[in-house]
Amino acid sequence: MMEKVAQMIAVTGAQAVAHAMRQIEPDVVAAYPITPQTPIVEYFAKFVADGVVKTEMIPVESEHSAMSAVVGAAAAGARAMTATSANGLALMHEIVYIAASTRLPVVMPVVNRALSGPINIHCDHSDTMAERDSGWIQFYVEDAQEAYDLTILSVRLAEHEHVRLPVMVNQDGFIISHGVEPVSFLPDDVVKKFVGELKPIYPLLDTEHPVTYGPLDLYDYYFEHKRQQIEAMKNVEKVFPEVAQEFFKISGRKYSFVEPYKLDDAEHVMVALGSTNGTVKYTVDKMREEGCKVGLLKIWMFRPFPKDEIQRYLTGRKSVVVLDRSASFGAEAPLYEAVKSSLYESASRPLLSSFIYGLGGRGIAIEDVEEAFEKSISGELVTDYEYYLGLRE
Amino acid sequence: MPLTMKKLAEVFSHKDVGLTQGHRMCPGCGAPITVKLALMTAKAMGYEPIVAFATGCMEVSSTIYPYSAWSVPYIHNAFENVSATISGVETAYRALKKRGKISPDKKYAFFAFGGDGGTYDIGLQSLSGAIERGHKFVYILYDNEGYMNTGNQRSGSTPPGAETTTAPVGKEIPGKVQLKKNIVEIIAAHEDVYAAAVIIGDPMDFMSKIEKALQFDGPSFIASLSPCVRFWRIPENKTVEMTKLAVQTKYWPLYEVERGVYRITRKPSKFRPVIDFVKAQQRFRLLLKRPDADAIVQRIQDYVDKRWERLLALEQATKDKPSR
Ligand SMILES: Cc1ncc(C[n+]2csc(CCOP(=O)(O)OP(=O)(O)O)c2C)c(N)n1
Ligand code: SF4
Ligand SMILES: [Mg+2]
Repeated sequence: MMEKVAQMIAVTGAQAVAHAMRQIEPDVVAAYPITPQTPIVEYFAKFVADGVVKTEMIPVESEHSAMSAVVGAAAAGARAMTATSANGLALMHEIVYIAASTRLPVVMPVVNRALSGPINIHCDHSDTMAERDSGWIQFYVEDAQEAYDLTILSVRLAEHEHVRLPVMVNQDGFIISHGVEPVSFLPDDVVKKFVGELKPIYPLLDTEHPVTYGPLDLYDYYFEHKRQQIEAMKNVEKVFPEVAQEFFKISGRKYSFVEPYKLDDAEHVMVALGSTNGTVKYTVDKMREEGCKVGLLKIWMFRPFPKDEIQRYLTGRKSVVVLDRSASFGAEAPLYEAVKSSLYESASRPLLSSFIYGLGGRGIAIEDVEEAFEKSISGELVTDYEYYLGLRE
Repeated sequence: MPLTMKKLAEVFSHKDVGLTQGHRMCPGCGAPITVKLALMTAKAMGYEPIVAFATGCMEVSSTIYPYSAWSVPYIHNAFENVSATISGVETAYRALKKRGKISPDKKYAFFAFGGDGGTYDIGLQSLSGAIERGHKFVYILYDNEGYMNTGNQRSGSTPPGAETTTAPVGKEIPGKVQLKKNIVEIIAAHEDVYAAAVIIGDPMDFMSKIEKALQFDGPSFIASLSPCVRFWRIPENKTVEMTKLAVQTKYWPLYEVERGVYRITRKPSKFRPVIDFVKAQQRFRLLLKRPDADAIVQRIQDYVDKRWERLLALEQATKDKPSR
């Protein structure tokens, strides 16, 4: 299937990503199953078993080892991938940082699931938000198509010589990973040509040029190395639009840091991550029919955080409501905090409020989105207040 | 064909070992001797070593940025994951070879090195997983019987009565009370593995086991008793001697298990009592001042005696009966 021409096929988000991985055909995949990421690993293991891909798979005994093996493989000079969710990501945490600071261009699809405890298997963003300062580039996708596209695009972004950083492509657990939607697949050869061959830098397997990875780096150099990492992250701002443009050429689909939806004349704007953007778009359309000047700013890229775009699209609005699918105990929710601080220097700051919703997979309905917008429109919205949508108090 | 000292001298008169001068280990430390014997054997056999190292004394002292004492490719990832890391490297090698990106003639030796903390304790899961998956690598444990890098804390390898900072010999408690884990047995219990115990005080036995490990068609594990002069409180020039004493007292029997078949590679004609090993190290000095010292040392003696008898019996019982 999907050999020569782009095809529209109904698949789950997990399948879409597994196919992206099949087309990327990394040298090494090391993975450990966890709901709701499991189907990605299962589909991919089948591709390996059937000889559809040449990839070597490492069925590790834990996620900590998955990320550790990926670090080893990437340092050796291979294109390496893994995928995980929630507790698996938390178990990897130590090595997630090491992958980034070793500047290894690994792409990892993450299927968002609430972190324990209590244990839960459904979607929220607490897992990936806990990694937001790990030095990984982070995308949040709205649907299976975006999960597929951004997984492919991320290979080029991660491996770009001015970036060389790992990327997490985050899709909402069950909502995207297990929901079936039509996805337009690119032909295999087009994807292969787009991702090209990895150009390893300092591969361990090059015994003619031996290198030392992971030295002890003390107060005399550590800081400079961190500064370089900060710079690499900044370079994403320049490199991502270039890679996105090339992806547009092969797919006709445009990606950017954010997606403005009906923002031109919008007075009241909502900001969100992930699949909830679909619900918000629907509600915006509905409320616009009723004459409300509402709009949406969808955040695709959360790290590096697109501060300029936030200022550009949100300055001068009457109100901005930020939806967060995770909490930061004792502080502001992550997306809200980032949006708020981005607007500090803007000439005319909107009235700004935080709405936490959907923890542990609690659904978000059109009425919930309407409720938040209506608070804005009616002037009832209290600035800098933390509201909860869909919660029994 | 076992390597000879002559052959080694020939090879290394014009080749460096892989671990060069300039590292900051204490003079007399057993760990670098273990590492060098392993690398020399591999290089003399025509292998290109790739080294993965777990966090610990040797790792921090050999790679203080911007310096590195390693002239072979080297990766340190974290403390507990050296086996998973080398699995990734070894798998990358197979993947790239399959795609024609690496010459099939190139002979790599994938080494993972870990201290006892990184092996018996925090890294045991990662090691077990890598062995179960059958990666072709040689794991080398340099066993100094405690967390030395962090200042002599107890590990699953610390023997009873040895002074450590987390199981100190106190007024009530005589230091660590539990026996050392039997790591060779733990590893040998995996299927399709070669596991052996060596000492730096017997380089011929050491090198022949590394040779076997490298030629073994699957994962292998070598446990090398590598005294820490600092926390065993022994003189700098007694490191090698201490390992010989460990063999002479049955404290560290030299043997190997190849797919379930036991072979004791050195059988001293006469043994010395374990108290000789204990007395030679100041880490036991506080124990020896206690009224229950004799009982504790006797317990170790009973243990090593029984273990030796069991090893002899296992050697008999498993002869010509490989698990596969
Ligand atoms: C996850 C984690 N926990 C704890 C440490 C702190 N730590 C670093 S090295 C070490 C002990 C190492 O002991 P061992 O493996 O026996 O090596 P040695 O230093 O004795 O050579 C510890 C506890 C760490 N680096 N990482
Ligand atoms: S403290 Fe012990 S293990 Fe560490 S370098 Fe010194 S002698 Fe070796
Ligand atoms: Mg130790």
